Amino acid sequence: MQKIGVFVCHCGTNIAATVDVKKVVELVRYEPGVVFADDYMYMCSEAGQEKIIEAIKEYGLTGLVICSCSPRMHEKTFRACAEKAGLNPYMVEVANIREQCSWIHKDKEEATKKAVILARAAIAKVNLNAPLKEGESPVTKRALVIGGGIAGIQTALDIADAGYEVDIVEKEPSIGGRMSQFDKTFPTLDCASCILTPKMVEVNQHPNITLYTYSEVEKVSGYVGNFDVDIRKKARSIIFDKCTGCGECMTKCPLGKIGNIPSEFDRGLKNRPAIYMPFAQAVPAVPVIDRENCTYFKTGKCGVCSKLCPSKAIDYEQQDEIVTVKYGAIVVATGFDIINLDKFGEYAYNESPDVITSIELERLMNAAGPTGGHLERMSDHKQPKDIVFIQCVGSRCDSEEKGKPYCSKVCCMYTAKHAMLIKDHWPDTNITVFYIDVRTPGKNFDEFYRRAVEQYHVNYIKGQVGKVKPQPDGSLLVQAADLLDGKQINMKADMVVLAAAIEPNPGVRKIATMLTASIDNNNFLTEAHAKLRPVESPTAGIFLSGMAQGPKDIPETVSQAGAAAVKVIGLLAKDSLKTNPCTAQCDTLLCNGCSTCANVCPYGAITYDDVQVMDHGLRETRRVAQVNNALCQGCGACTSACPSGAMDLQGFSNRQITTEVDAICR
Amino acid sequence: MTQLEKNIEAIKEMSGSDPYKCMRCGKCTASCPAYSEMDIKPHQFASYIIRGDFEELIESKAAWKCLSCFACIERCPRDVQPGKLVDATRQIVARSRGGDYLQPEEVPGLLAEDLPQQLLVSAFRRYRR
Amino acid sequence: MPMNEENKEFRPLIVAFCCNWCSYAGADLAGSSRLSYPADVKIIRVPCSGRVNPMFILRAFERGADGVIICGCHPGDCHYSTGNYYARRRMALLFSMLEYMGIENGRTRVEWCSAAEGAKFSKTMNEFCEKVKSLGQNVRLGDLRCKN
Repeated sequence: MQKIGVFVCHCGTNIAATVDVKKVVELVRYEPGVVFADDYMYMCSEAGQEKIIEAIKEYGLTGLVICSCSPRMHEKTFRACAEKAGLNPYMVEVANIREQCSWIHKDKEEATKKAVILARAAIAKVNLNAPLKEGESPVTKRALVIGGGIAGIQTALDIADAGYEVDIVEKEPSIGGRMSQFDKTFPTLDCASCILTPKMVEVNQHPNITLYTYSEVEKVSGYVGNFDVDIRKKARSIIFDKCTGCGECMTKCPLGKIGNIPSEFDRGLKNRPAIYMPFAQAVPAVPVIDRENCTYFKTGKCGVCSKLCPSKAIDYEQQDEIVTVKYGAIVVATGFDIINLDKFGEYAYNESPDVITSIELERLMNAAGPTGGHLERMSDHKQPKDIVFIQCVGSRCDSEEKGKPYCSKVCCMYTAKHAMLIKDHWPDTNITVFYIDVRTPGKNFDEFYRRAVEQYHVNYIKGQVGKVKPQPDGSLLVQAADLLDGKQINMKADMVVLAAAIEPNPGVRKIATMLTASIDNNNFLTEAHAKLRPVESPTAGIFLSGMAQGPKDIPETVSQAGAAAVKVIGLLAKDSLKTNPCTAQCDTLLCNGCSTCANVCPYGAITYDDVQVMDHGLRETRRVAQVNNALCQGCGACTSACPSGAMDLQGFSNRQITTEVDAICR
Repeated sequence: MTQLEKNIEAIKEMSGSDPYKCMRCGKCTASCPAYSEMDIKPHQFASYIIRGDFEELIESKAAWKCLSCFACIERCPRDVQPGKLVDATRQIVARSRGGDYLQPEEVPGLLAEDLPQQLLVSAFRRYRR
Repeated sequence: MPMNEENKEFRPLIVAFCCNWCSYAGADLAGSSRLSYPADVKIIRVPCSGRVNPMFILRAFERGADGVIICGCHPGDCHYSTGNYYARRRMALLFSMLEYMGIENGRTRVEWCSAAEGAKFSKTMNEFCEKVKSLGQNVRLGDLRCKN
C-alpha cells in the first residue's frame, strides 16, 4: 500500500472562493492510501514546496497528490519538488481543481463536491503509479529556420553567433522577405534595404549558416533534439558555383522586353523576364528561371540566356534535389502577406489601377521600384495631387468570408509614415486618411503620428469610406463619412491607398501539420503560453518567430527573433535531453506477435524480435513486441490497439485510467 | 433582465444582429444613399438602441427615410446590419401602437411604373402591423 | 448517479476523456476565460484520444455514468499525427454497438476541440449535458453489484 500525501491549494481566492478547501482535505483524509492531507495558500510558492518536502520526509510519503491549478501549469514544479525531497517525480499526480473546477462553477457546494471527486480520482491513480525513470536522448546541434525574412535572418544570426550551425530554408529565390520590399520603416524612417541588406550579406557569409533558397521543407519526422527533415531544393536551372551574378541573361531575355510576366517582388506593378533575380540586392545573387513562363521550357525554342552566359552557368536539365538533414530544433518564421481584396468591390481595387495597396505604394516610392521612386498614378503616370488612405480594409472584420477579426497592428503606423514621406517629397499633395481608430502602441509611435497631423498637415478624418467610384475623367470619387463633424463627404481623389489586413503566409498550414505545431483559426501559430512562453510552440523543439505567431512590427519581430534564438541555444547547449518515461511497455507473456501495435505506431518505435520467455516454468522463444523507449512518445495508440492487452502505457496504464473512472463514478 | 435589456434582446431576435458589435466606424453612413435626409445617422442607430432611446429613434426622420437598400448591411465589417436594426425598432414601436397604415387595397393606387419591388416590400414592413 | 434526496432534479454524471495536447488545453482555456459549464462533467486526462480504450467507456457506463464524451485534436492536427484517426474509427464502431445494446446515441459523443477553442469546449459541454439530462438516468449496463 502506498503512503500518499494530499495537498489542496487555495491559490489565494482563485480556488478557495468557490471550493471549500478545508472540506476537501477533510473528505480525502480517509481515502485508501492517504496518510496525510493538508491545505495551503499557494502550493507552488517556496513555502508551499517546503511543506511538501517536510511532509515527504516526516511521513515517509511514497506518493503525492496536489489539488491545484492545471497540471499543464505546475506538474513540472511539483515533480521537481518531489525529486528534491528524494521521492521519484513520477509518483506525483495533479488534480485540476482550478481551470476545470473553481473557475467555471459558481455554486460552492457543487464545486466542492466535484473537487473531492477529482481528488479521489488522482489518489486512486497514484496508488497505482510506478517510480519511472527518465531516459536520455542525444541532441543534434543544428537548428533549422523556416523562412528567410527579417525574423528568420535575425534568429539565424543569433544562433550562429553563439556557435551553433543553422540552416535557413526560404521558398523565394532570395532571402529578405517582406522587409526587402519596403521603402522606409517607422518610426525612424530609415531605409529598409539599408538596414536589411547588411544582415542578408552577413547571413550569406557566416561560417555557421547554410542557406537553402528557392527551397521548401517537404517532410519532417522525429522529435525534439532529433528531427529528420527533407528539404526540396527546387531547380533554379543555374549552376550555383559557376554563376558570377553578371546579369547578362536577365537583360537579354526576350520575355523581359515583351513584358507579360508580372514581377512578384514589385507586386505586379512591373514585369520581369523569365530568368530573373527578384531584386538587385538579392542574396544569393544568382538568378532563377521561371520554368512555367520560360519559352524554352514551354516550347523548346529560345535558349538565348544559355548561349550568352559568359560562365556557361545555365543548365536546363537541372532537377529538383532532395536533401535530408538532421536538426535539434526548428524555428518557424514564415511571415505574412496581405489578404486578397476580391471581396471588397466597393473600393474598386480590381477596376481602377489607381487604387493600390500599401505594399504597392512602398514599391512605387522605392527608388529601386517600378517607377524609380516617382510617385505616379498607374493609369496615366501623372503625379497624384489628392491621395486618400483607407484604414482597416479587412481588419477588425467580423465576417469570416470577407476579412480577419483581428487588428493588423502595423497599418496605422505605416500609413502615417507614407503620408509624411509623400508630403516631404511633394508638399503640394493633399492627403486624407480615413480611420476608425489610430493605434500607436510603441515607443515614439504616437509622437510620430502627431507629426503627420501637426507638422505635415495630413488630414485625418474619423470615419470610413463607403465607395470609391472611378470617374470618366480618370479621377476617383470617394464617398465617405466624417463622424466627428457629422457629414457625408464626396471628394475627388487621384489615388486611393488601401491598408489591407495582413494574414500569415498561406503555406504555413502545411508546415504546421508537418511539424504537428498548433495553429489557430486565423492561421497564426499558437504559442505554448500566451504570456509566459510566446516564442515556443506547445510541441517541444519547435519555436516561433515573427509575424507567423501574430501581427507585429519590425522592432518586435527582431526582439522575438532573438528570444526564439535564445530558446534554441538553450536546447542545443544540452548534450542530451531527458526523455519522457511514460512510454509503452509490452508484457511478453501476453503478446501473441500480431504486429497490430507496430502498424499503428506513428514513430516506428515498435519492432518484433525473438525473445526468450519464461511462461509457467516453460522456457520458450517467442516473437514479441519490443518498444524503443527513445522513439516512443507515449501516445498510447498501440495500447488501445493491442488485442491481447499485452501492451500497456506507463503513467497512463489501463488499470490507472480504469481506477480513475471508478473513482469518478463512485 | 431589465426592461431595456429585454427590448434589446427583442431587437436582436427580430433583426438577427447584435447592436453591441458596432465599432462606430462609419462605413454605413458613408454608404447610405439617403444620408442627406437623415437627422440621426446610420452609424448612430446602434448606440441609440443600446442606450434605449427607441422613441427618439422612431420620432426621427431617419428611421422612416431609410430606403432599405441594404448597402449598410452589405458593407458593415462587424455584421451589425444597421438597416435591419432600424427596421426592428420600427416594428417594435409600431406593434406597441397598433394599427395598420397601409392596406393591401391601397397599393395599386400608389404604384408607379418605375417603382422598385424593394420599395413595396419595405413599405409593407414599415406601415403594417 | 442517484437523484438527490429531495428528488428535485436529475444531475447526470458525465465522464470526459480529453487529450493532453488539444482538448485538455482547450478545457483549461475555457477555465481561464471563465466560460462555465455544468459541474456534472469530470475530465480524465489522456495523452491522446487514441489512448481511449473502449473498455474505459464500458466501465464508465457500468459504474453509473450517464454520458461519456471523448475530446481530441482536430483530424490532421493530432500531436502524435495519427492517434485521433484511430479514435474516430474506434468510437464510431463502439457507439453503434453501444446503441445496439441500449445506450442511446445521445449518451456518447466525440468532439474535436483545439487548444485555442475554449469557447467551443464550454459550448460542447453545455450542449452534451443538456442532451444527457433529457435522456435521463442510464440504467443499461449498470452493474447491480456496484449500487451503493
